[in-house]
Amino acid sequence: MGGLPAGRVEATEHDYAEWERRVDALMVLLSGVKGGTPRMTVDELRKNIEALGPEAYDTMSYYERWVTSITQTMIQRGVITTDELGRKMEQIRARGEGGCKP
Amino acid sequence: MQAVAGSAGGQYPSHRPAAPARFAPGDRVRVRDSAPLGHIRTPFYIRGHAGVIERYCGAFPNPEELAQMRDGLPAQPLYRVRFLESEVWPDYAGRAGDTIDIEIFQHWLERA
Amino acid sequence: MAERSDIGEYQALTYFQLMEVSLRELLVEKGVVSEQAVSEAVEDMRRRGPDSGARVVARAWLDAEFRRLLLENGTRACEAMGIEVPATRLVVVENTPQAHNVIVCTLCSCYPRMLLGIPPDWYKSRNYRSRVVREPRAVLAEFGLRIADEVAIRVHDSTADMRYMVLPMRPAGTEGWDAARLASIVSRDCMIGVAVPKT
Repeated sequence: MGGLPAGRVEATEHDYAEWERRVDALMVLLSGVKGGTPRMTVDELRKNIEALGPEAYDTMSYYERWVTSITQTMIQRGVITTDELGRKMEQIRARGEGGCKP
Repeated sequence: MQAVAGSAGGQYPSHRPAAPARFAPGDRVRVRDSAPLGHIRTPFYIRGHAGVIERYCGAFPNPEELAQMRDGLPAQPLYRVRFLESEVWPDYAGRAGDTIDIEIFQHWLERA
Repeated sequence: MAERSDIGEYQALTYFQLMEVSLRELLVEKGVVSEQAVSEAVEDMRRRGPDSGARVVARAWLDAEFRRLLLENGTRACEAMGIEVPATRLVVVENTPQAHNVIVCTLCSCYPRMLLGIPPDWYKSRNYRSRVVREPRAVLAEFGLRIADEVAIRVHDSTADMRYMVLPMRPAGTEGWDAARLASIVSRDCMIGVAVPKT
């Protein structure tokens, strides 16, 4: 990405939502920074973010890209399956018509 | 992570390298102008450009392989390479002495 | 997804929020992580911020031997101050009257998170990552920092295993200040290199 034409740097910050902090925490845990068996590497995180394609930068937020990449990696690693993920997502959605604290 | 003792292992040695480091600080090197598929940590903008080894960082598992769920071993020598901004960008509008330092793995470098 | 109007604090999850909850629950069910570990990691990251980096800078300004250690091995220097920076190979680059340093990760958003906390949005933005390597002086000017012509800019692109922090120059007018007072003028942006400490 270095050197490509781009606009003015907007010095924005935002207060991270709890779900975003949990995604960040999950990456810390899964990459073994806190001890424990590493389940994935930052390299896989990055690779799977790159795999989302350049449009993902515009259509997804930072932690949306992260959670997608981490989940994809867990599927690739065989820690979870696509079917398990699908059923869990349906289950949680049904739990409260999708209503949960984000 | 096996630590390699002594400064010969670089500032932050991570692993024992497969072979001794080829380059030393001060050596002039060029980044290979290659564009394979996969996960790569050599930025596009620096490929084909020449710079000077600023320091040897130590040997680390290859991120290209780690990204593919492999262990990235044997560890590869990693260097900080310093480039002149005015040589990297044809339209560079800063000062002649401005530089950019980038960490580059040995397999992306050739002697210049 | 419908909103639950009877419980004000609840709202419909986005697809990605749903994914986060689902992933976490699956990983907990499989014993890969625990809810407690996630909570603790969230709180741990919340506690990490630029204050730690500022303390390190202040100590380097006051203690020449510490400064030497910091420049030689940033991780060991932090640990010597009781600041744990797990999985971080910290390289500290010092500003001098001849050179001003600025840090970026053009490939993603690498940052010394264990020392300075989560990086700001702009550091991760396409605009910063694209432009600071190519026109650092213009980008610094947008941050309100003008670097004199006779001072060289040194841009550091964190492409691999090291993490970088800038050791700013101690400004004039701070003679006799204690560590706490010195730390108070060292902002996160000074340690990224888009600002300098001001008295």
